[in-house]
Amino acid sequence: MRLKSWLLPTIYIFFLMLPIYWLLNMSFKTTNEILGTFSLFPINFTFENYIKIFTDPTWYNGYLNSITYVVMNTVISVTVALPAAYAFSRYRFLGDKHLFFWLLTNRMAPPAVFALPFFQLYSAVELFDTHLAVALAHCLFNIPLAVWILEGFMSGVPKELDETAFLDGYSFPRFFIRIFIPTIVAGIGVAAFFTFMYSWVELLLAKTLTSVSAKPIAATMTRTASTAGYELGLLAAAGTLTIVPGAFVIYWVRNYIAKGFAMGRV
Amino acid sequence: MSKPTNQKAWLLVIPVVLLVAFNALIPLMTVVNYSVQETFGNNVFFWEGVKWFEQVLNSSRFHEAFLRQLAFTGTILLIEIPLGIAVALSMPKKGPWVSVCLVLMALPLLIPWNVVGAMWNIFALPDIGLLGRTINAMGIDYNFTQQPLAAWITTIAMDVWHWTSLVVLLAYAGLCSIPDAYYQAAKIDGASPWSVFWRIQLPKMKHVLTIAILLRFMDSFMIYTEPFVLTGGGPGNTTTFLSIDLVKIALGQFDLGPAAAMSLIYFFVVLLMCWIFYTLMMRDEEQ
Repeated sequence: MRLKSWLLPTIYIFFLMLPIYWLLNMSFKTTNEILGTFSLFPINFTFENYIKIFTDPTWYNGYLNSITYVVMNTVISVTVALPAAYAFSRYRFLGDKHLFFWLLTNRMAPPAVFALPFFQLYSAVELFDTHLAVALAHCLFNIPLAVWILEGFMSGVPKELDETAFLDGYSFPRFFIRIFIPTIVAGIGVAAFFTFMYSWVELLLAKTLTSVSAKPIAATMTRTASTAGYELGLLAAAGTLTIVPGAFVIYWVRNYIAKGFAMGRV
Repeated sequence: MSKPTNQKAWLLVIPVVLLVAFNALIPLMTVVNYSVQETFGNNVFFWEGVKWFEQVLNSSRFHEAFLRQLAFTGTILLIEIPLGIAVALSMPKKGPWVSVCLVLMALPLLIPWNVVGAMWNIFALPDIGLLGRTINAMGIDYNFTQQPLAAWITTIAMDVWHWTSLVVLLAYAGLCSIPDAYYQAAKIDGASPWSVFWRIQLPKMKHVLTIAILLRFMDSFMIYTEPFVLTGGGPGNTTTFLSIDLVKIALGQFDLGPAAAMSLIYFFVVLLMCWIFYTLMMRDEEQ
């Protein structure tokens, strides 16, 4: 029984790792070797692909651009979602339920629907090809998600906490920053994880809203694939590197996730 | 739980409303605007009424893409939800392995979507891919770039690979929130593992599973980048889902009117489904 319960997660994780391993394997091969021979391990082990990415500014700038707008988006989304989630979890107000559903509907809007109008809108306000444009555009789906997650966590915090603090003479902003935020830090961790994740992986809007100076790494990859023929080794190395920031973020929030999931409704 | 009514709470919500409205209302109005007009370029527009809506609703192309989308979403939900629950149930509850499992499982969730497509492309190609090579070596003729069935299976395998972990994480969170006392009580009553699952674990996971189904439904219904990079919607049109078709019409052929009308119908369908889910979820919570 004990042995059997280990089996399924192990097989599942093995299945998850296979394509990642294959990508990693290819990233250490030259394109000629990938096309010429089939092997489970790189025969002529090479760092050439990685060196190219770290020395060529069109490549490494892609990473910097992506990270810049993703961090901006996470900060904006969580910051504005915090007070809103508090309002939803603590008070009734005119149109609260409709407003909450309206927010959620934006999480449901297919980005393909909005690609063209977004291009026109951000060109009109002269933000096209800036990090801020992508960060703001990703707010469309990330703010509703952050509000939704945080509201769940805040509803789990007893209201007596607020009442006691106000009786002790705390003003609202001071209570919110000094007492309330530390209480739900696990929820903030989970919300930040999800906003980071969705902003990092989204490409359609990020690609539509940028051309040169804020181009995301994922878009750099597609361009290289089409103009320089298929440089598979380089592509694989770039792909492998896009996994790294995500892996760091998961590792960093892993305790919050376990704890946060356990205490919240998420 | 009763909440006090306080209209000042609006002040806390205003930043969110402004930011989301800027992103949502203006583009949506642009789409509505296009959907009722015809243009021959040079920013000259003519009123067309509901012509585009009729055209889209009557076109067999839209019907086919829509059915394909439904089949895809249905299939991945049927695989990912039970598989996710099964993996979550058999995961360790405590100890160092929990973090290892969580970190490894969450990895696919944080890979950019086009990298996921590219990764599966080189993984499944019959000449250079590990998966394609292995299947062909077993004597099965497999080439997802030419065989419609193989393309479907590969796309579904990719989505299962990509997203089952989300269901696992959520289901696992639901399981962790069940107090030990429940299990002890079940043990005393001599309940079988099966009845523990049906009577205790599943009801307790209901809320997180609703979120999981809702998220998976929404995301798979708007899937674009991964199948686009993997198969390009082909061979033929066999994996052209709604978003792919939409982008083909809007940016490929630049038929703004039909594309806008299709966008609105598409959005409306997603909205309707989500409203049903949402109402069910809220009714559940109030009980």
